[in-house]
Amino acid sequence: MVYFAKWKVALVIGVCLLGLLFAAPNFLTSKRAAMLPAWLPSQQISLGLDLRGGSHLLLEVKVRAVIRERLESLVDSVRVELRKARIRYAGLGVTGNSVTVTIKDRARAEEAAKLVRKLEPGTETEISDNGRLSVTLTAKTIKERSILAVEQSIEIVRRRIDETGVREPTIQRQGNDRILVQLPGIDDPERIKRLLGKTAKMTFHLVDERMSAQEARSGRMPPGSKILPSVDGGGFELIRKRVMLSGENLINATPGTDSRSGQPVVNFRFDSIGAKKFGRITQANVGKRFAIVLDGKVISAPVIREPILGGSGQISGNFTFQSAQDLALLLRAGALPAPLTILEERSVGPGLGADSIAAGKIASIIGLILVVVFMGFAYGNFGLMADAALAFNMILIIAALSILQATLTLPGIAGIVLTIGMAVDANVLIFERIREEVRAGRTPISAIDAGYSRAITTIIDANVTTLIAAVLLYQFGSGPVRGFAVTLAVGILTSMFTAIMVTRLMVVTWLRRKRPRELVI
Amino acid sequence: MRGFTLIPANVNVPFISRRMLFFVFSSVLFATSIGLFLTRGLNYGIDFKGGIMMEIRTEGPADVSSMRSALSGLGIGEVALQEFGAPNEVLIRLQKQKGGAKAQAGAVEAVKAKLGPNVEYRRTEFVGPKVSRELLWSGVEAVSYAIIAILVYIWFRFEWQFGLAAVIALVHDVFSIIGIFALLGFEFNLSTVAAVLTIAGYSINDTVVVFDRVRENLRRYKKLSLPELLNRSINETLSRTVITSFTTLLALLALYFLGGEVIRNFSFAMIWGVVIGTYSSICLAVPMLLYMKLPRRTGGGTYKKEGTAVKETP
Repeated sequence: MVYFAKWKVALVIGVCLLGLLFAAPNFLTSKRAAMLPAWLPSQQISLGLDLRGGSHLLLEVKVRAVIRERLESLVDSVRVELRKARIRYAGLGVTGNSVTVTIKDRARAEEAAKLVRKLEPGTETEISDNGRLSVTLTAKTIKERSILAVEQSIEIVRRRIDETGVREPTIQRQGNDRILVQLPGIDDPERIKRLLGKTAKMTFHLVDERMSAQEARSGRMPPGSKILPSVDGGGFELIRKRVMLSGENLINATPGTDSRSGQPVVNFRFDSIGAKKFGRITQANVGKRFAIVLDGKVISAPVIREPILGGSGQISGNFTFQSAQDLALLLRAGALPAPLTILEERSVGPGLGADSIAAGKIASIIGLILVVVFMGFAYGNFGLMADAALAFNMILIIAALSILQATLTLPGIAGIVLTIGMAVDANVLIFERIREEVRAGRTPISAIDAGYSRAITTIIDANVTTLIAAVLLYQFGSGPVRGFAVTLAVGILTSMFTAIMVTRLMVVTWLRRKRPRELVI
Repeated sequence: MRGFTLIPANVNVPFISRRMLFFVFSSVLFATSIGLFLTRGLNYGIDFKGGIMMEIRTEGPADVSSMRSALSGLGIGEVALQEFGAPNEVLIRLQKQKGGAKAQAGAVEAVKAKLGPNVEYRRTEFVGPKVSRELLWSGVEAVSYAIIAILVYIWFRFEWQFGLAAVIALVHDVFSIIGIFALLGFEFNLSTVAAVLTIAGYSINDTVVVFDRVRENLRRYKKLSLPELLNRSINETLSRTVITSFTTLLALLALYFLGGEVIRNFSFAMIWGVVIGTYSSICLAVPMLLYMKLPRRTGGGTYKKEGTAVKETP
């Protein structure tokens, strides 16, 4: 025992020095830490949103909507194909993940199946005896489409958030169909929530001017047209279903003001294909109304006064400056493949974050002082050694959190405070054991030796159980609770090292110097 | 420098002979906790119930009752207000709004519009029903798995009797925390579950230390009667048990009084858990071993399972 292998001494001192080195940047301001030379560690503990202030949003991609849309467009293609081939059918529609249709002339069912099969890859076509044809999206296709939809959504969400100028956002996929968005420094995410709440699918249609929307509502709907609500005035417009152009062809959109009325407008510009199409449409439809539809609502339906050949145009709706800016942003960033819903939001203002840090610091310092004083009283010199180990433990925790770049949350600070209380446990176990061995009449050296070696199994058993709890907390917890699990686990590991190795080194050094005849503890 | 001894070395508290007293006390505590949980129920926070929570700070002392009447006229369902830590801080809870995300945002905006610009919005949280159900379920899962994992570990390191006794004590601790939260009506949220899990770890930690000594003494004193042996083991480790609980409580008290309002509930759960966990390790887990038919051979023979399940301490 008195012999403490040289490499062990080196290891203990080395770990403690490295700990100091990696913990040090946290005691500088972030500016000073960034100025440190490259060979020095400069990473600081990263603070969770509950401490630095910010917004945490959990979004869900409505993947089902993508599949639904896919099936509906398949219905349209089936209708076109069957008509073209002059095959009579009935009951065309969507059931579950399939498009079903009954072919009236059973003899032509095979022919119909052949036509339909080519329409969409990733489907399986079946014919039942009564001439019912079903085209089913395979599970594989659905999965692929869902994954794609979530990936595209993440990309669009990222673009939209980047456009608002939020710094260092974190956008990541969670589970199958969820997106976790973390926005540091944002405590009022209303605007971002509004931006993310819109699919921003823009399409251009001709207005059906054969009758008014009112007439179509009360009477018979002209085939190939539909009624959509209008954004301003709360009225309705009857428009042609056929999409003439879509937002996918836009390359830019900017907010501006109309030169004549001074009203806020959105200026847009098409790519070359879009510009050609737009030119052709406007040329052929001068004097007619052209509807701009966003997410199922008509924003405006101006009259085409002259052919627009330059590929750029203007949307003048009932905009405020802010809403024109938001629409331009949404058009630039692109449409979401499916709607998003907000499942969870947690926003913390900078004031509360700063207060929490301050309170956490005070609680840690006071807790540390109380425990340090108590250990000094309880175990005298040995207690002071345990105190030194506790100080190193704190340093190692800070260093480990900096290296791991684990996020420190408010419950995480609680975990550190708790570790202060529990870290001395290992030393208490060892010292109590040494006391017992002294009372049993052992010499100092053998008492210390026995104390350490007998206490170690107990220490390991006791700490493994707490570690089990910490691992499960991490596994099942979310956000701040995970932060607690991390500091708890790190604290358990570092405290075992400091309480066993660091105090042991100190005790051995002390024994060698003093060579006491009698052990006072 | 000599340390002082908190617990004298030759302490001999008759824990084991008073075990009936502890058993009765714990049974009553356990039954009351379950009763309170079933009758009064827990005051679930929005983590588990879903809904909206806002923490605000006003310039002067907040007039909670006029705020309450102002907000209840908004037609956004049940609104609960409560002073939170300081007279100028108020916690507002809204029930989950009917309709999608827009309805939730709308309710938040309505509250903000009503309270005006002179209010600092310190925290806004919304948890939808889907997530709240998942969070509750994962909390239950975590606590259950923790108990099973600990049982398995102790079984592996000791004997199944020890594992069973430890887990009974652990379940007792978990329900005691739930019981006191039901009694006092404190908010039960994610961080309370974290506290419960930590206490599970802590309580077992305490139990393991005493069990370790029991195991050692079983090998050392082959002729001592089991009640005496258990009592001796508790008393030998009593000083450590008390000191560790005391230092942990010191740190937790600092957290409770100085750590801020947001984690006060969490600190409270931990403090209660440390007290109950320490009690249950000594007064419940160890006395229960008496009824578990520990494998033991009295009179000179070697310990039955030596070399297999029981490892010799180095």
